[in-house]
Amino acid sequence: MRQVSDMFEPLSRPAEMIHQSALLVLLITAGIFVVVTAMLVYVVWKFRHRGAEDKLQEPPQIYGSSHIELAWTVIPILITFVLILVTSRTIGEVQNAPMPKNAIQVKLIGHQWWWEVRYPEEGIVTANEIHVPVSSRAVERRLPTAILLESADVIHSFWVPQLTGKTDLIPNRTNKTWIEPFATGTFFGSCAAFCGLQHANMLLRVILHEPEDYQRWLAKMKASAKAPASPLAEQGRKDFFANSCVNCHQIDGTIAKGGFGPNLTKLMTRQTLGAGVAPLNQKNLSEWLRDPQKLKVGCLMPDMKLQASQIDSITAYLMTLE
Amino acid sequence: MNTDIVDENFQMPEPERIGQERGALTRIAQEMVFTVDHKILGLMYIASGLIFFVVSGLMAVAIRVQLAVPGNHAVPPDVFNRLFTMHGTAMVFLVGMPIIFGFANYLVPLMIGARDMAFPRMNAFGFWVFFFSGVLLYFSYLGAPGLYAAGSAPDVGWFAYSPLTGRAFSRGHSTDYWTLSLLLGGIGSMATSINIIVTTVCMRCKGMTLGRMPLFVWLFLVVALMVIIALPPLSACQIMLTLDRYCGARFFDTQAGGSAVLWQHFFWIFGHPEVYILILPGFAIASEVIPVFSRKPIFGYPVMVAASVMIAFISLGVWAHHMFTVGMSSLGNTFFAISTLLVAIPTGIKIFNWIGTMYGGKLRFELPMLFCIGFLFQFLIAGLTGVMLAIASFDWQLNDSYFVVAHFHYVLIGGLLYTIFAGIYYWYPKALGKMPNWKLGLWHFIVFTIGFHVTFFPQHISGFLGMPRRIYTYEAGRGWDLWNLISSIGVIFQIVGILFFVVNLIYSYIWEKDAGDDPWDAWSLEWATTSPPPPYNFETIPEVRSRRPLWDLKHPEDPDWKFE
Amino acid sequence: MTDMSAATTTAADPIEWKLPSTRKVAVISLILTESSLFTIFLVAYLFYMGKNLNHPYPADVLKFPVLATAALLSSSFSIVFSEMALHRGSKAWFHIWWAITIALGSYFLWFTGTEWHNLIFHDHLTISTNVFGSTFYSLVGLHASHVIIGLFLLSLILILSLLGKIPKDHTEHIEMISWYWHFVDAIWVVVVTVVYVISTGVPNV
Repeated sequence: MRQVSDMFEPLSRPAEMIHQSALLVLLITAGIFVVVTAMLVYVVWKFRHRGAEDKLQEPPQIYGSSHIELAWTVIPILITFVLILVTSRTIGEVQNAPMPKNAIQVKLIGHQWWWEVRYPEEGIVTANEIHVPVSSRAVERRLPTAILLESADVIHSFWVPQLTGKTDLIPNRTNKTWIEPFATGTFFGSCAAFCGLQHANMLLRVILHEPEDYQRWLAKMKASAKAPASPLAEQGRKDFFANSCVNCHQIDGTIAKGGFGPNLTKLMTRQTLGAGVAPLNQKNLSEWLRDPQKLKVGCLMPDMKLQASQIDSITAYLMTLE
Repeated sequence: MNTDIVDENFQMPEPERIGQERGALTRIAQEMVFTVDHKILGLMYIASGLIFFVVSGLMAVAIRVQLAVPGNHAVPPDVFNRLFTMHGTAMVFLVGMPIIFGFANYLVPLMIGARDMAFPRMNAFGFWVFFFSGVLLYFSYLGAPGLYAAGSAPDVGWFAYSPLTGRAFSRGHSTDYWTLSLLLGGIGSMATSINIIVTTVCMRCKGMTLGRMPLFVWLFLVVALMVIIALPPLSACQIMLTLDRYCGARFFDTQAGGSAVLWQHFFWIFGHPEVYILILPGFAIASEVIPVFSRKPIFGYPVMVAASVMIAFISLGVWAHHMFTVGMSSLGNTFFAISTLLVAIPTGIKIFNWIGTMYGGKLRFELPMLFCIGFLFQFLIAGLTGVMLAIASFDWQLNDSYFVVAHFHYVLIGGLLYTIFAGIYYWYPKALGKMPNWKLGLWHFIVFTIGFHVTFFPQHISGFLGMPRRIYTYEAGRGWDLWNLISSIGVIFQIVGILFFVVNLIYSYIWEKDAGDDPWDAWSLEWATTSPPPPYNFETIPEVRSRRPLWDLKHPEDPDWKFE
Repeated sequence: MTDMSAATTTAADPIEWKLPSTRKVAVISLILTESSLFTIFLVAYLFYMGKNLNHPYPADVLKFPVLATAALLSSSFSIVFSEMALHRGSKAWFHIWWAITIALGSYFLWFTGTEWHNLIFHDHLTISTNVFGSTFYSLVGLHASHVIIGLFLLSLILILSLLGKIPKDHTEHIEMISWYWHFVDAIWVVVVTVVYVISTGVPNV
C-alpha cells in the first residue's frame, strides 16, 4: 500500500523524468536562496545603525552602479536560460513520448465524484481503480499504459504523484497521459481540480501488477457472473431489479444498463466504495445502501429509502458480484 | 428699522473645533459619505480593506481548524467550500485591491505636489462601488439560501471554473452574487485606475518630470495601466457567465460545443496580471521605505522603473502557466514556461536593487524597515517557489496542490501584507499625526512572523507529498497529518500578531506623541506638509528639481540635482 | 509649512511646464479599457468560428450591412465637420452636422434592431441556439450598447447646446465626446470585418 504519494519517490518513467529536472531546479533555486539570504543577512548586520554618533552623518549617497547592475542582470539571465533549456526538454520528453503498439489502453472518465475506468480493447468497465501491469526497464519489453482522459460533467484532474504529473479531465475534450510503472503495489491518487461538493472524496487507486498477475486480473474481470448462491442473494437480485437501481447502474448480462453511476459488474474486486470514502465490506455496503448521504453527503446517489430486509438482501446480492 | 445699533454685549462666538460641535458624529459620518477628498477616501479604502481582512481571516481560521486533523467534522463540506471561495475572493478583491488603492489615493497626489486626484467625484464613486460590491458578496450568506447545498454564499472557488459554475452544476444564486460583486468591483477598480493615470500624467507639480517622480508613483502608474488592460477580461468573463446562466448562452456550455478551457484562458488573462497588480504596490512601498531607513537613495532608479514596466508587459503574456495541466500542446506549455521564467528576471533584479540600497547605508530598524526586511526574505522564497512552478513539468506535480497554496501565501502575506504593514506604520504619523508604538509593533512583527512561517512553510511539504487543494478533509496515513497540524497551530500566532497590530493602531492614536511634519527624516513631498495634511494638501504648490526634493532642502550643500 | 524655495528651479532652468489635458488622458484610458473588453468578445467570436453543433451558421443568415456601415462611418465624418464648424464659430452648422451625426447613428441602431428581429423570428437564431448565436449577439450587442451610450451623450450635447447652456470654452469637452464616437466607429470596422466578412467564409466542421 503506497499511501504516501511522495513526488520525490517516482516509480514510473514520466514521474522519473519530471523528478530529474525537478531536482536540478530545486538545486538551482536553493543555491539562489542561500546566496541572496546571505547577502541580506550580511547587509542587515554590517550596515546597521550604531548608536547616536552614527546619526550625525548621512552615509555616502550612491545612486547606482552600471557595472553591478549589469552583473546582477546577466547572471539571472544565464540561470534563466539554463532553466528554459531544462524545462523545454522535459516537457517534450514527457508529452511527446512515443507509445509502443502494445501499450495498455485505459480510458478514464471523470464524474462527480467517482472515476469511470474503461479498458476499450478488453471490453472491461469498472470504477475508482486502475489495474495495469508494471513495465520493464529493458527497452524491448517496455509496457507503458496510455490513458485517455474525459469528463462527463465538470473539470476533474488525474493525479497519482508517484506515477506521473497531473492532467485534467475536461468535458468536451479528450486529454492524453501515460504512465510506465516499475514497481508493484497500490498507489493512492486524488482528483486534483475542484469539482464540487465531494471533491475531497474523489480518490483513486492505481494497482500495479506483475504481468502474469495482470492477466489473471483481466481474466477475472472478463469472467461471467456466477449465479447468486444463497436465497438471500437471489432475493437481493430481484429487489435490485425491482427498484430503480437499474436506472443508474450497469451489471453486465442483466437488464441493468444505467450509465450514470459506477458499473457494478465486478464490484467486489474493488478495495473501497464511494471512490475511497470507506473500505468495501459488508458492513459499509449496508451502510451505503441504508443512506449513501451519511457516508458521502451530497453524493449523487439519493437515499433510496430501502427497507431493512431489502438492504440485507441487496447487500448479499452485491457481494456476489466478483 | 435702525440697523446701526452696535450691541456692546456682543461676544464673538468661539470657533467650532472639529469633533466638539453639537452632532459631531453625524457631521463626521456625513463627511465620510459625501467626501471627495482623496485623503479621506484613501483612509476609508484602507479601513474597509482591513475590516474585510479580519472577516476573511476568520474564515481561514475555520479552514485551518477543519484541516488540523484528518477526517475532521468541524466544518461540513458545503460550508468548507464556501469558506475557501469567500476567503480567496475577499482577500483578492475586498482586501488587496482596496488597500492598494487606498495607499495610491492617499499618497499619489501628495507625492506629486497636487491638491487632489484629477477626478475627485469619480474617486468617491470608485470607493462606494467597491464598498457596495463587498457588502453584496457577503450578503450572499443571507440573501441566497435555496435548496440543500444550492444557495448561500458562492462555493465554486475564487476562480470559478466552468462548467462547475453553469446552471446545471451551481443551482441557486450563490454564483451570481460572486459574478455581480466582481463585476461591480471591477468597475470601481477601473475608475480609480483611470484617476491614478490621469493624475500622474497631468497633475505633477512644476519640475517633476516623469524621471523625478517617486518610485511609489511610477509603480502605481504601471499598476493603474495594468488594471485598465487586465480587468476588462474579468468583466467579460462575468458577462459571459451571466449570459450563460440566465439567457441560455453557450459560451461555456460543453454540451453545446462550448469550451470549458475558454473560461480559464479569459480568467487567467485577467488573473495573472491581477497578482502583479497586487504585488507591485508592495514594491512601491518598499521602494519608499527602504531608502529612508537606509539613509540612501534607491539604488538604480532608472532600472527599477524599467524593471517595473517590463514586469507589467511580460505579465500580460504568462497567463497559461495556470493551465499547464489542461492538455495544451508541448509548444504551448513551453512558450508559457519560458515567458513565466522571463518575468522572474526583472522581479529578481528588484530584490538586488533593494539590497543594494541597504548596502553602505545606516540601517534604522524602525517598524516600517523591520517589515520590509521580512518582505525581502519572504518574497525571495515566494519568487523561488514561483520559479519552480514556472517549470511546466514540475508544475504537473505541483499545480493544484498545497505547494501552490504555500507559494501564493508567501507572495501575498509574506510579500504584500508585510509591505502593507510597513506602509501603514510608515505613513501612520502622516495620516493620523501620531507615531506608532515601536514595542507593540515589534511584538506584532515577531509573533506574526512566527505564525506565518509555521502555518505556510509546512504546506510546501504537504504539496510535495501529494495533498491537493480545496479538499475539506483528508485520510489519515497519507503523510499529511503532521504538516497540517503544524500549519493549523501557526494560526494562533498569526491571530495574536494581528491583535498586537490592531491594539497598536488604537493605542498610538490615543497615547503616543505627536509626530510632526517629518518624523522619519524622509525626502518625498508628502513630508513637506503638516501631519495630517490640510484638505488642500500644500499651502503653496511646490516646485522640485530632483527626485528627493526634501533632501535638496535639508542638504543645500549636496543636493541631488547635482548628481542625478 | 516647509519652505520649498531652495529646492525649486532657478532662472537658469527655464522649463515650460505643460502637461497633457486631463480630459484627453482620461478618454484615452477609457478607450484602452473598452478596447480590452471588446478584444475578449472578439477573441471568443473568433475562437468559436466553425464550431457550431447545429444551424444556423453565419453564412446562412448574415448579409453584409452596407447601408448601416456606411451610415455609421459617415457619422464619423459628420462629427468632424461639426467640430470644424464649432472652431469656425458657426454654431448653426455645428448643430446641423451634430444632428446629422445623431441621425446616422440612430439609423445604424434601427438597422441593428431590425436585423436582430429578423434573425430571431425568421432565422431562429437566438443567443442560446448555438455558439454562433452566443458570440454574435454578445459582440454586436456590446457594440450596440456603446452606440446607445454615444447617442445619449451626443443628444445631451445637442440639447444643452441648443439651450445655450454650453460655455464657449468647452470645445475640449465636445472633442472628447467625438473621440468616444470615433472609437465606437473604429470598433465597428473590426466587428463588421470579423463577423460579416471573415466568419461567413469559414466552414463549419
